[in-house]
Amino acid sequence: MSKKRKEKVQEYHKPLVKKRKPNRSVAGDIFLYLFLLLVAFVMAFPIIYAVSSALKPLDELFKFPPTIYPRNPTLDNFSDLFVTMGKSWVTFSRYLFNTVFITAVGTAGHLIIASMGAFVLAKYEFPGGQTFFKLVTVAMMFTGYVTQIPNYLILNKLGWIDTYWAIVIPAFASPMGLFLMKQFMEGLPTALIEAAKIDGASEWRVFWNIVMPNVKPAWMTLIIFSVQGLWNNKASTYIYSEEKKTLVYALQQIQAGGIARTGQGAAVLVVVMIVPIAIFIFSESQILETMASSGLKD
Amino acid sequence: MKEFFSKYFLMRKLQAGVAWKKMKRSKMCYAFLAPYAILFTMFFVFPVVASIYYSFTYYNILEPPRFLGLQNYIALILEDDIFLTSIKNTFMIAIITGPLGYIMSFLFAWLINELPRWVRSVAVIVFYAPSIAGNCYVIFSVFFRGDAYGYVNAFLMNIGIIDTPILWFINPTYMLPICMLVILWMSLGTGFLSFVAGLQGIDKSQYEAGYMDGVKNRWQELWFITLPNMKPMLMFGAVMSITQAFGVCDVTMALCGYPSTDYAARTIVTHLFDYGFTRFEMGYACAIATILFLIMILCNKAIQSLLRRVGT
Repeated sequence: MSKKRKEKVQEYHKPLVKKRKPNRSVAGDIFLYLFLLLVAFVMAFPIIYAVSSALKPLDELFKFPPTIYPRNPTLDNFSDLFVTMGKSWVTFSRYLFNTVFITAVGTAGHLIIASMGAFVLAKYEFPGGQTFFKLVTVAMMFTGYVTQIPNYLILNKLGWIDTYWAIVIPAFASPMGLFLMKQFMEGLPTALIEAAKIDGASEWRVFWNIVMPNVKPAWMTLIIFSVQGLWNNKASTYIYSEEKKTLVYALQQIQAGGIARTGQGAAVLVVVMIVPIAIFIFSESQILETMASSGLKD
Repeated sequence: MKEFFSKYFLMRKLQAGVAWKKMKRSKMCYAFLAPYAILFTMFFVFPVVASIYYSFTYYNILEPPRFLGLQNYIALILEDDIFLTSIKNTFMIAIITGPLGYIMSFLFAWLINELPRWVRSVAVIVFYAPSIAGNCYVIFSVFFRGDAYGYVNAFLMNIGIIDTPILWFINPTYMLPICMLVILWMSLGTGFLSFVAGLQGIDKSQYEAGYMDGVKNRWQELWFITLPNMKPMLMFGAVMSITQAFGVCDVTMALCGYPSTDYAARTIVTHLFDYGFTRFEMGYACAIATILFLIMILCNKAIQSLLRRVGT
């Protein structure tokens, strides 16, 4: 019998009523469940409302009292989005392409560069390594806004203002990714790396063929954090040509259109939030596995 | 004395020699770290240094920076009333939403910890979603719309608490509280994930040992077993909360406008944007950035030394 099958059989033979933990009362548990249900509803309400507004036809949008579920759900708002954007000289698909390009390239580069750094920081001792890592943890303690002005000057010197690179390249160096990756890689058995080296693998091969496939859960974590930052990037300080601006920027333009655009505004909200949330839903268990090693030791 | 110095320098020389040899041996490590290290220095370390340098100058991009000494800081603290408002607002937001968001993150992570597996993963999605939902917070401007058609106004008028609609985002009394509400809604972020994962990783046998030793209720379990085990995650979560709490600007700018009425919703970061990217007074803006940087680092250090005492 394979191991997986064995586990399944054991699962089946478990007693149906589990023994209750000590220190827990039934009343307390019921109260707890109700409380959590209430909080969950409050947390989810704005998001549900946004999604349902995006699906509502015009006559239902302004109804009072508001209905949570649209009575005649339509996708009109989404198709209107293409129509409205189609009239502007930068099309919706172009904004979408900008955002997708920035997100994809920024995330891929961040993943590779941060993993390379994390690999040597986690698995080798070399002068300056620990100091550098301390510096990275300090960098997590202040927001990116602090460095925005000098960043602008640097990007200007490099001639990257008004190109995608102004957003993409700084995203490669996000400290959070390196930190999480390093913490996770420390959990890898060193013997694995040594065995590969004895077999004559080069450092790059060890990294690419042994270490990287073994830290897949951490990939997903880096991806979600990076995507979340880049996908929501307004990019209005570094990019001023209309045809290079991002989706979030276009969203704000549409919302500035006032009440008549309420439905379309909600549709863009959905388009913008669906990607990070979908990635999170599909990779939740892997992300939690990585976050288990996220602790900051002193 | 002379002998001491010569010995000291000899030792340093030897140490440096050893370090140099070690560095030569680990060339590969530097090669791997180099891409990240270069970018990190370029976009994180160097800007902080540059920011401190520019904060002592008058700089408007067109002319070369002119040295002013401490004048920017003096002007900020003594003459700029709006900056003082922004400091007050930022601290109000940080002091209320920071700790509250942090406690909420831990509390909910802890409460959902014992739920069955699939309920827990749904709960994590529901609680975490607001913080990654991008611009979704602008939906609050629909709830709190200033006319009688805004849901909150309509509700309050229907039950008779108010008789004229409240201009939620224009009246300075209501701006900050509503922004705080929205920020709290989004505060179950990275720290929350870290807590959820950390709680799952605690060795179950510790609890059993605790029951044997006379742990009587949930709270004792929490204080004597859970919290000490969670210390590294608590530290990490604190860093995340503080960084977020002092960096507030998106929410206030989107909801209350930029600039907001009477500057009632101005935060330090908004002030920084105003001077940096609207008025192009880079030196002055860098002084603001430096102050924000110092506040954040000091606050982090203080909280960390506080958290070290948890469960001891």
